[in-house]
Amino acid sequence: MCNQTVCLVAAELERHGISTVVIQLLREVAERMRPPRALLVPFKHGYPLHMPNDPQRQHAVIDAALKLFEDPALSPPVLADFLPG
Amino acid sequence: MVEWTDHDFGLELDIFRNSSNAPQMGDLNEFSLPVKLFLKAYPWRKIDPIPWAPLKKPLSECRLALVSTAAFVRPGQKPFDESIRGGDFSFREIPGDADVRQLIESHRSESFDHTGIHQDPNLAFPLDRARELAERGRIGSLNRRHLSFMGSITAPGRLMQQPAPEAARLFVEDAVDVALLVPV
Repeated sequence: MCNQTVCLVAAELERHGISTVVIQLLREVAERMRPPRALLVPFKHGYPLHMPNDPQRQHAVIDAALKLFEDPALSPPVLADFLPG
Repeated sequence: MVEWTDHDFGLELDIFRNSSNAPQMGDLNEFSLPVKLFLKAYPWRKIDPIPWAPLKKPLSECRLALVSTAAFVRPGQKPFDESIRGGDFSFREIPGDADVRQLIESHRSESFDHTGIHQDPNLAFPLDRARELAERGRIGSLNRRHLSFMGSITAPGRLMQQPAPEAARLFVEDAVDVALLVPV
């Protein structure tokens, strides 16, 4: 249900002019809910930023999420896949 | 106009159980048939119309705030209430200068592996990573506060009526430009 909660809060923030990106662990939820910007990660629940105590891997996920802010060609809903290196 | 209605399922279904041997896939194929059927039947709230706030300035000039649904609280903060049917829809403010290692994870769900976020709260509340982004100049600054929810909300109507708008109001008051939201 966490996937749904972040999508709903993100939508409310966007309605107030704040740009958002959500991490999503279930593609089906993201496709059905359609948050403004989502990074779909191939990790199990409990591990949204990949690995504990691994700043490099965590930064890789976060950087991919932040890049979704920076592409002016994107339009909602943005559902992008994260591919671990 | 978006109308929110609740369908209180009355329990937190054990739908996301994973073991260390579970396939690490972000789709429904990792679940059994009954679980997949439940997930397909659950009325996920479709966001329509989709709001869209494009970036107004370079990210290196933006103020970032975090939202996590891993139910972290600071020592001394009121824990999330596990007894609320449909899920505790409140949130806690986490100061930007908080020691992430001191946060207490209080998510009620037993349906996911909590080991990783106990070892390193940054895994779902990446406060240290965000500080590093600010130090590097990748973002302009880190907001003075961040928000923690307990994401296991099966009846989200109440979330959308009051806490979510209040969260937005706080971030607007803080002149937040961008937010990163992390489920667990």
